[in-house]
Amino acid sequence: MVSRSRSLFDRSILFPAIRASFVKLDPRVQLRNPVMFIVEVGALVSIFYAFRDARNGQASFDIAISAWLWFTVLFANFAEAMAEGRGKAQAEYLRRTKTDTIARRLADGREERVPATQLRRGDRVVAEVNDLIATDGEIVEGAATVDESAITGESAPVIREAGGDRSSVTGGTRVLSDRIVYVVSANPGESFLDRMISLVEGARRQKTPNEIALSILLSGLTIIFVIAVATLAPFSIYAGATPSVVVLIALLVCLIPTTIGGLLSAIGIAGMDRVLQRNVLAMSGRAVEAAGDVDTLLLDKTGTITLGNRQATEIVLALGADDTIVYRSAYFASLADETPEGRSIVTLSLSKGAGDGSTVLPAGAVVVPFSAYTRMSGVDYADGSQLRKGAPDAIRAWISQNGGGRTDVLAADVDRIARAGGTPLLLADRGGILGCIGLRDILKPNTRVRFDRLRAMGIRTVMITGDNPLTASAIAREAGVDDFLAEATPETKMTLIKREQSEGRLVAMTGDGTNDAPALAQADVGVAMNSGTQAAKEAGNMIDLDSDPTKLIEIVEVGKQLLMTRGSLTTFSIANDVAKYFAILPAMFIAAYPAMDALNVMRLNPHSAILSAIIFNALIIVALIPLALRGVPYRPRGADAVLRENVLIYGLGGIIVPFIGIKAIDLILGGLLHLTGAN
Amino acid sequence: MTVVGWLQAAVVFALVCLLVKPVGAYMARVFEGERVFLSPVLAPVERGLYRLCRIDPAREMGWKPYAFSVVAFSLVSFLYLYVLLRVQAFLPLNPQGFGNLAPDLAWNTAVSFMTNTNWQFYSGESTMSYLSQMAGLGWHMFVSAGTGIAIAIALMRGLSRRSASTIGNFWVDLTRAVLYVLLPIAVVGSLLLLWQGVPQNFSGYTAVKTLEGAAQSIPQGPMASMEIIKELGTNGGGFVNANSASTWENPTGFSNLIELVCIFLIGGALTYTFGRYVKDQRQGWVLFAAMTTLFVAGFTAAYAAEAAGNPIVHALGVAGGNLEGKEARFGIAASALFATMTTDTSCGAVNAVHDSFTALGGLIPMFDMQLGEVVFGGVGSGFYGIIYYAILTVFIAGLMVGRTPEYLGKKIERREVQLAILAALVVPVFALVPAGIASVLPAGLATLNNAGPHGFSEILYAYSSMVNNNGSAFAGLSANAWWNVSGGVVMLFGRIAIMIPVIALAGALAAKRAVPATAGTFGTTSPIFVVLLIGVILIVGALTFFPADALGPIVEHLLNQQGKQF
Repeated sequence: MVSRSRSLFDRSILFPAIRASFVKLDPRVQLRNPVMFIVEVGALVSIFYAFRDARNGQASFDIAISAWLWFTVLFANFAEAMAEGRGKAQAEYLRRTKTDTIARRLADGREERVPATQLRRGDRVVAEVNDLIATDGEIVEGAATVDESAITGESAPVIREAGGDRSSVTGGTRVLSDRIVYVVSANPGESFLDRMISLVEGARRQKTPNEIALSILLSGLTIIFVIAVATLAPFSIYAGATPSVVVLIALLVCLIPTTIGGLLSAIGIAGMDRVLQRNVLAMSGRAVEAAGDVDTLLLDKTGTITLGNRQATEIVLALGADDTIVYRSAYFASLADETPEGRSIVTLSLSKGAGDGSTVLPAGAVVVPFSAYTRMSGVDYADGSQLRKGAPDAIRAWISQNGGGRTDVLAADVDRIARAGGTPLLLADRGGILGCIGLRDILKPNTRVRFDRLRAMGIRTVMITGDNPLTASAIAREAGVDDFLAEATPETKMTLIKREQSEGRLVAMTGDGTNDAPALAQADVGVAMNSGTQAAKEAGNMIDLDSDPTKLIEIVEVGKQLLMTRGSLTTFSIANDVAKYFAILPAMFIAAYPAMDALNVMRLNPHSAILSAIIFNALIIVALIPLALRGVPYRPRGADAVLRENVLIYGLGGIIVPFIGIKAIDLILGGLLHLTGAN
Repeated sequence: MTVVGWLQAAVVFALVCLLVKPVGAYMARVFEGERVFLSPVLAPVERGLYRLCRIDPAREMGWKPYAFSVVAFSLVSFLYLYVLLRVQAFLPLNPQGFGNLAPDLAWNTAVSFMTNTNWQFYSGESTMSYLSQMAGLGWHMFVSAGTGIAIAIALMRGLSRRSASTIGNFWVDLTRAVLYVLLPIAVVGSLLLLWQGVPQNFSGYTAVKTLEGAAQSIPQGPMASMEIIKELGTNGGGFVNANSASTWENPTGFSNLIELVCIFLIGGALTYTFGRYVKDQRQGWVLFAAMTTLFVAGFTAAYAAEAAGNPIVHALGVAGGNLEGKEARFGIAASALFATMTTDTSCGAVNAVHDSFTALGGLIPMFDMQLGEVVFGGVGSGFYGIIYYAILTVFIAGLMVGRTPEYLGKKIERREVQLAILAALVVPVFALVPAGIASVLPAGLATLNNAGPHGFSEILYAYSSMVNNNGSAFAGLSANAWWNVSGGVVMLFGRIAIMIPVIALAGALAAKRAVPATAGTFGTTSPIFVVLLIGVILIVGALTFFPADALGPIVEHLLNQQGKQF
């Protein structure tokens, strides 16, 4: 994966964002966010009063309030624009290579050169050595090695071929060898990447379910505060005070949840950005949010828990057998076995000393390749002797058929290896069993730590494997997963997902094959590997460009962090109100009731208290932009620990910080007023 | 403050705590139709009622039919009482020969009793015939409380059921609430009160000549039977104007104890019933703990303020606490306790004049109501009120653990938030807006007893009381057409506009699957949840009223300290 973390205030993003902050002042844009819309209306009304009050000398106060209300809206716009800018920059980086490609389209068997932008879904395009793949598609003819480093950052070329699970190609990648024909899978502007970009762009962005629920809460609170503040007008008339509309607006803006209201959309977009930074394309914001809720992770054993394929780790000699002969036999028997397992036996036997003698097959010897029918591979020598290597029951049957020797030799070792989660193989010639080879899965480093972390977060891990239950349970135990699905087929996988879901759990999984597609579609979070088939990609709701199944865990963390950031800033925003009441109310009513000064616990200057609160309210948005964009610091822990910490920081902190902040601003304002000689 | 004072409060609350479990468990059995010790007597009656009313007790309702039944029942009950009050002069059991009530007063009173508010713009002993008292007001005292309990139970079902389309049968829940819960306790309680000297007769006034030789009319009537349900059903409507301060309704310290325990009894016990429903008693105790904390804090403040007394009186050389408007047989502690408990719940009975409390002592009852009547609260309504806050708490704080918030395994999503915020809007809208109008409207100001911040407190208190269906009055405010009509509207919305969303919420929750709890789930049984719940109640609920309170009792207190009074 390419690391593209950029500095928070990248200049190329900063300046367009500042511009966008002003463009977004358009009330039609603001209407999408009721909280900030109220602030903008308040700012407009304050200007009106500034003109009206020009005669009685109150105008400077009105102008100051109005200016800071505009700043409040601008700061919120800026936060959103920054998040959008970062997201777009990230997406452009991915899209960069796709733009000016010329594609070789096949029409009626003839080839024509057209710009990539003119390709339509269903067009057949040919690509040969050094051609750029013009757009996303699925290979229908041929096979090729493809350099996908532009997308994944991984320099090793990969094989893409028609049929099977590695048939899809991505726009912007380059063919390194051979010739392929692929069918375009999306019209321009509709590719996965295009969809992702629209998710981070304000105009077309859909609010996610949780964002909608939170917006409803914030709108409700806003209405409550509008009523609380509006009714203060008649209350103060009763008290014999003249209510100032601008002061009431100031109080209202301080009370409504502007901090979270101003940062809400930035938080959502930033969550998408963080997914994108991990080279994952999310098809909807909803999917990212759902990732935070995942209860059960289905993890493919291979690639996620273990390192690729099995490796030979031991060769046990039968009693009385000559070690060199056995190692050399193991070597010869595996020579024809091109599988990674076979090669690992070659490597291991060589390291044990198989090469001490000759490593060249004797003349006339014929290798017998592995077949699914015999489940053995081996060598037939010219002298009629035979060497076989294979599954224990197959070898035992072979020995019995050939009438040679005992079949229970090394049975204890066969059992031991199988029980430990390995695969035992027997090595025999016609005379009997020579030795036993143990193949094992090599676990990726730190699997146990990783799964412990997930467990602390309340997430259950289920290992999916085609292995038999015995092997599967041993690996599951060693890796530290909670459960496993052995001898998995697409059907059993689907059943498992449905069962988990019927118990109310949210399920996440990765997949790449066409037969994974139904399960990917059924899962709440389905991450398709970019290397996988078009069907898998269409079925999932995220695509991992790096095709790294472990990415699922990071995606879950991003989802959680997104929700945590929203919750923490909401709590902070609401907790802020306590201090603001104490700043504004005494200043508002000190003229009517001098005794109200007792509520002025911050000992603010009554002339500047209201302005101080408004300035704090605006500046806190700016101060929290980095937090909104990066998300609150996240460590995988249990809910109780996370809650305690966040309640302390954002709840208690939210009550205390504004007391300090407003007082500090008031002191500064007091100094400025003193300097200018006013009041 | 005195040790005896604290002991009085401790005894009352200890009795409540002792009764929470047995009464709560009893209610859980009753509402699920299980056999209880009263079944041999009451089950045949119950079956007879169903047969009479053609109710199939096995047929459950979705939230819409349930809500429709509640509204229809309330409407019919309201009309019945309105008509009764308008024609009482022509009906029997009217020894004093009282006339019919005027339309605006009849409207206000009928809404008031239908909504469990029991705000009284009349004096019972000089307005209501005994038929109106017993068959009119008394009927509502039982069924409005029963309706509240029924809805609370429906919500418990919603929270505990999974993928269900029904939340119970309103007619069955109402019948059981009245028959199995309210009536038996009321029978026992009224006998105890009778023993303490509360009258129960149909006599007219007793005319006596006092020692000074003046003529006095002593009210009589069927008081004991009305008195007990007044507290038990958190109704609060007194038979006589002086309510529980009078020697008829509340003659002794022991009768005071019975009444206090009854005020908290069902509200407290429902938290235990809730634990039974969701099969996790801790969930109930957490709510109980939050309620208890707010109650203890409120009582401490009110008691301290009343015990500290009035600085202006102290300046005159009279030391000690504030005894103005209190009954000598109860004293400061029991009066402060009654005031706190009656406003924590939506009861509204009073054994002292809240208007005569010190500014801070008067702030506490007002503040208690502004919390939304969730500290034990009205029977049923207190429970569903605090569930609203619990849902808001779970939604706001629950996000902080990085999951879509869940309460009892139910995901709190758009619809739940919508309904909870809808209910949260009711109190500010229907308390502050009319208070704003009344404080500048000549008709609103015409009947105030006091000027300045104290007068404002009277207005604010009235609407806070009415919207929360409390019914206690600050006194000092008299009825006119404005107050009768606007008060009726406020009480009506304060009840119905919260009930309907709560039933919808029960339906929405019942339909949901339950997510099994994991280590990643936001726990709602921890002390930290109690703290958060209280925080949300205070900041989201009560802080809305802070500016208004500041202009009323708070500034009055500050001015009192400077030697000014109103």
